[in-house]
Amino acid sequence: MDNQQPLVEMRNISISFGGIRAVDDVSIDLYPGEVVGLLGHNGAGKSTLIKILSGAYPMDAGDIFVDGQPVTIHNPRDAKNLGIETIYQTLALADNVDAAANLFLGRELQSRWGTLDDAAMESACRQVMGRLNPNFQRFKDPVKSLSGGQRQSVAIARALYFNARILIMDEPTAALGPQETAQVAELIKHLKSEGIGIFLISHDIHDVFDLSDRVSVMKNGKLVGTVTVDVVTKDEVLGMIILGKCPPQVKPGPGAVATEMSVEEVVSGGG
Amino acid sequence: MVETSVNPVKKLLEATEVDTRILGMVAVLGLLWLGFGIATDGAFLTPRNLWNLSVQTSSIAVMATGMVLVIVTRNIDLSVGSLLGFTGMIIAVTQAEWLPALWGYDHSMTWVTALLVGMVAGALAGALQGFVIAYMGVPAFIVTLGGLLAWRGAAWWVTSGRTVAPMDSTFQIMGGGPSGSVGELATWLISGAICLMIVAAFLRGRHLRRLHQFPLRPVWAEFVLAGFYCAGVMGAAAVANAYPWPSRIAERYAQAEGIPIPEGGLVIAHGFAVPVLIAVFVAVVMSFIATRTRFGRYVFAIGGNPEAAELAGVNTRKVILLVFTIMGILAAIGAAISTARLNAATNAQGTLDELYVIAAAVIGGTSLAGGVGKVAGAVLGALVMQSLQSGMVLVGIDTPLQNMIVGVVLVIAVWVDTLYRKRSSL
Repeated sequence: MDNQQPLVEMRNISISFGGIRAVDDVSIDLYPGEVVGLLGHNGAGKSTLIKILSGAYPMDAGDIFVDGQPVTIHNPRDAKNLGIETIYQTLALADNVDAAANLFLGRELQSRWGTLDDAAMESACRQVMGRLNPNFQRFKDPVKSLSGGQRQSVAIARALYFNARILIMDEPTAALGPQETAQVAELIKHLKSEGIGIFLISHDIHDVFDLSDRVSVMKNGKLVGTVTVDVVTKDEVLGMIILGKCPPQVKPGPGAVATEMSVEEVVSGGG
Repeated sequence: MVETSVNPVKKLLEATEVDTRILGMVAVLGLLWLGFGIATDGAFLTPRNLWNLSVQTSSIAVMATGMVLVIVTRNIDLSVGSLLGFTGMIIAVTQAEWLPALWGYDHSMTWVTALLVGMVAGALAGALQGFVIAYMGVPAFIVTLGGLLAWRGAAWWVTSGRTVAPMDSTFQIMGGGPSGSVGELATWLISGAICLMIVAAFLRGRHLRRLHQFPLRPVWAEFVLAGFYCAGVMGAAAVANAYPWPSRIAERYAQAEGIPIPEGGLVIAHGFAVPVLIAVFVAVVMSFIATRTRFGRYVFAIGGNPEAAELAGVNTRKVILLVFTIMGILAAIGAAISTARLNAATNAQGTLDELYVIAAAVIGGTSLAGGVGKVAGAVLGALVMQSLQSGMVLVGIDTPLQNMIVGVVLVIAVWVDTLYRKRSSL
């Protein structure tokens, strides 16, 4: 993968909120067809980092490259124009309107006269939802009345319909049952095979370890390290998450600490 | 939703896909009219009273259509009454003092220039409030509460408190009255045209559904619905045409035009009043904006989840700014109707209108929590409010009691609406 050009590269990103450095000098990258798990405790800065990429927050310092070209992302529209789609932990759905309206929110199909083409949007929505969730029939209902899994599929459909090249999934399975979680895992494998790069964000290592090619671990807003999953064990990654300690085979990042404790001690001691 | 019901009423509602909320409001309005009709020995249901009712509703109805968008975005506008006073004053001064100095009295362009100046003033005032709300982050309640005081003061300031009268003779047409009505023939023509448009809309809807292979409504349901709408339009036309000009005005008109007066007096029908047609036109345009345009979609998305709209790439601040700008323009149109009807502008004009406008929108099903509302509902709400007031005057209820009843009705309406929402969301 080293000889390939990264799809997206975030270099030395920093952002502060009221004097607190939520993200401090973090660099991560993502290659085509790759899944990178972004791990860390709640409050480690994962979601903030990813919201910079999706255009929700403006960064204070750093550079973002897409296909090797420096880009500026001021707002969510800029990100979407670059093919960066995000599925937020909260799903970010407008609860009072139907699935099609959410699918096309901000990018509505219009008729020749500049009016909304609701029929075309519903038709497209029926097609894409038919692939993701064939049992889904409630196209006229506001998404408020849908189940968690159905709402999730609307959010996923929104990211996929517009041919995302870079997909960000923030805690994609947090609200789902076991069967739906398995579906999302299948979907991730499928998208990966199509060459889409995926950032998978989670605070739970079990959610992402088996799906990821690499994991980047953050702690207190800093990057502990990035590692290919086949050279580390889950316990070693857990050590990175909890203590910020890198195993010897991982190049320590700015957030890594030197510690004398072994991983086993960390795991048993840290609960 | 898919399974069909055995209950015939339910079956009818399902097949026609009619909005049960709006239907409920029409039923409430019907009961109200029937009740007042009985209580006043039919005086309430005379063409004359219904015609007056429609004219009295116009100004509030125009503003209520904009208030729907404001409330849907989780905001409020308390300044519309004062804004009506301010823009009304500007409209009046423009046509009664500024333009005559340039063009002389009763110039053919005076009325439209005055109206446009008022609308621009309303747009600027609304945009200013919208800017402070959207870009400076001051809550709409505070900004428009400030506006309520500021624009009322501005209305006073324009002429140092002096009442401005009379209005331009062409401009007065916007206020209704015998000369501000379109007459019998035009009323039938307009109604016929509206019915044709309704039928065309149904055919187009059916065509689009077939094109995308969506489930179609049964043909009989289409006929019932379209027939219901057309009957409503034609009924309104018949009522408006059944109200003749007062005989003395008709005689004077006949003398001026050199028409011989037949035996038994000259009967000239009012037909639709111009302010009512303006209100209907505004309601159609606002309904179109709310449901058929991107802007309208964003208004509702912001109301449902502001953060989601922002993350989806919607420029939420710009949308809010525009919503308040539209509200300002509509206040100016309301002001034009109101000053034309009164044939004067006073600095107290529109006092308390903000409350009637908000009440009309809320009674019409607009949720103060945001995200839910219909323009048609707000117009119906305005009609319900006005019917209540006009009916109580006819019945002879004391003024203090009237206000108490309106207040109680408002609270009950919102309570019933809350119950309805709870049930329908289950």
